[in-house]
Amino acid sequence: MIKYLLKKEFKQIIRNPFLPKMIFMFPLMVLLVFPWAASYEIKNLNLSVVDNDHSTYSRRLIQTVTSSQYFRLTDNSTSYSQALKSIESNKADIILEIPQNFEKSIINRESVKVMLSANSVNGMKGGIATTYLSMIVAEFNRTLVSELYPEAASNASSIIQIDTQFRFNKHLNYQVFMVPALMVMILTLLCGFLPAVSIVFEKELGTMEQINVSPVPKITFILAKLIPFWIIGFIVITIGFTVSWLDYGLIPVGHFYQIYTFAAIYILAISGMGIVISNYAQTLQQAMFIVFFFMMLFIMLSGLYTPVDSMPEWAKWIAAFNPLKYLMAVMRSIFLKGSNFSQLKSDLAILIGFAVFFNGFAILSYKKTN
Amino acid sequence: MIMKQLWSFIRKEFHHIFRDRTTVMILLLMPVIQIILFGFALSTEVKDTKVVVLANTNDNATRRIIDRIDASEYFDVSIMADNSDDIDAAFRDGKAKLAMVFEDHFAENLKHTGTAHVQLIADATDPNAATSFMFYASNIITGYQQEISQSGGGTIAPEVKMLYNPQMKSAFNFVPGVLGMIMILICAMMTSIAIVREKEMGTMEILLVSPMKPIYTILSKIAPYFVLSVINFVTIMLLSVFVLKVPIEGSFMSLFAVSLLYIFVALSLGLLISTITSSQLAAMMISGMGLMIPVMLLSGMIFPVENMPTFLRFISNFVPARWYIDAVKTIMIKGLSITAVWKDVGVLVLMGVVLVTISLKKFKVRLE
Repeated sequence: MIKYLLKKEFKQIIRNPFLPKMIFMFPLMVLLVFPWAASYEIKNLNLSVVDNDHSTYSRRLIQTVTSSQYFRLTDNSTSYSQALKSIESNKADIILEIPQNFEKSIINRESVKVMLSANSVNGMKGGIATTYLSMIVAEFNRTLVSELYPEAASNASSIIQIDTQFRFNKHLNYQVFMVPALMVMILTLLCGFLPAVSIVFEKELGTMEQINVSPVPKITFILAKLIPFWIIGFIVITIGFTVSWLDYGLIPVGHFYQIYTFAAIYILAISGMGIVISNYAQTLQQAMFIVFFFMMLFIMLSGLYTPVDSMPEWAKWIAAFNPLKYLMAVMRSIFLKGSNFSQLKSDLAILIGFAVFFNGFAILSYKKTN
Repeated sequence: MIMKQLWSFIRKEFHHIFRDRTTVMILLLMPVIQIILFGFALSTEVKDTKVVVLANTNDNATRRIIDRIDASEYFDVSIMADNSDDIDAAFRDGKAKLAMVFEDHFAENLKHTGTAHVQLIADATDPNAATSFMFYASNIITGYQQEISQSGGGTIAPEVKMLYNPQMKSAFNFVPGVLGMIMILICAMMTSIAIVREKEMGTMEILLVSPMKPIYTILSKIAPYFVLSVINFVTIMLLSVFVLKVPIEGSFMSLFAVSLLYIFVALSLGLLISTITSSQLAAMMISGMGLMIPVMLLSGMIFPVENMPTFLRFISNFVPARWYIDAVKTIMIKGLSITAVWKDVGVLVLMGVVLVTISLKKFKVRLE
């Protein structure tokens, strides 16, 4: 029986004027466009400088800052209030104000403060901008000290040399971070939305009645709805691998079969959730809203944009019930760090739990009677 | 007469929507939950980052550095590794994000030769987080070094000031963003689906053969969504002021005026989608993929538009939400007057006029 039902489902998908195109175009579009747009890789921050000292050292500091790849001098102001205007008009993102007597203090070995004021309407961007600028100022400070007081440096009782290394993503490339996560997002959207839509659509058309009066068992019907999306999920993820290899030169460090295994379980879970929703929704509009609502929460609380570690405790609790969060972490771990099953076994167990729960729920909540 | 007719049609539409309890509930609750979650939960601050330490010599200097790192709010020293394989494993199963490797005889070297090495290794899968905590860790170690060595020489200390949003709350960025998104969702997506639904059900024919002018049919269709949008606008404002403590720095009236303009643009977008599609599924996909994703991505809601490649920046000019969100940020958070957003307002007016003209032209009064 399931053979015929599957045949029907596949025909419905393939003959739909919209779906086959979607299944291919959506991952392509997302993976080609998103990594460029969804980026916090901050380069070319616009800098406004207020130099109250006009000395050799102040000019050298400005020179150091602008010669870094992060900052671009777009405004030279004579006063702080003038510089603030350039922030208001979005001409500058951050102000560097160098006080009077900057040079004098340095030569006299006194401490001196430079002011960094960042536009923090977008708190993340403001934070990154000030971190970068502080780093450059600290570096400048170190250069000056070793230059001005070589005797201090050599006689000093102690210098700790810090050697930094960024592992798994040497060039701090933001796309490397986003691409695996975006593949998870695409899977979620397609395999979560479409099963929900497909059942409610049958309800609206009235063909659901026909299924309900047929001898098809509940579990067969649900399986017939699930399996096509399972296969679609595999197609989508394969497209994802191809695009990330061709366009970004990214090849998973870990094993493909591990990614596929995790994906297979995850798709079951998320499609099951879609089916649960469709069992309760009466109209397409309703189904869409409920799915949209959950997807939105899932995506935002998944660590796609902001790390789960930075969330407050209560939000971490909510995130613990988010299947997306687990696959997101797993995907990044296998893809970028080459983690293996034994290191990710708790995630595996949790995802299996989700799959069992949602599909059990889907079968139980599907009622053939009205 | 016409007013009475129009009124009864509007009432019909209200019944349509408000009797669908689930949808109304979601429509009214969604902004509340989104604002609270995004406002409080999303942040990139470095907090309790797990650190793995590899120190073969247990001496005074290493212990003091480790203590300092552990005591700071940014880090939490969780694992003491025995060899570099442990570090690798800690990274791979996600138990640590930063590794600190002290060379052998760290304190001795520091004392006798004057230099000692410590290596910081970051899990850079998240590049920005890695940069931040690397910076904090280096600062802590440098601080310790300055304390133990009296190298003379002043320091240049950066004094940081976060303008408009001193606590760097994500809410400041998300309130305008959620506003921009919810309006599109309700006005464009819901309206287009509601109209196409009548087409699909065949009831559109009945409306078209009725003595009502098509323009009134449309007006009555969009009226409830207009009301819902205004309700949501007010809820979001109340929440952001009283719960998230994001004050309205500028004038509320100009904010409201800009929002009405944006609602108008969004409604006309919905109208346009409904005239070019014939199935709910298509309307949903077009408004979902064609509107929601650009709003989330290209509007500056989450990711700053300025950093995008030229091509995407160009496209973002056609996303109404981008202009609206910019205007809201300027008025509400920076507290500037409406004259500061003349460009945003101008673009929105232009978009609205163009969209309404096209969709009214394309609205078919004939049966097919």
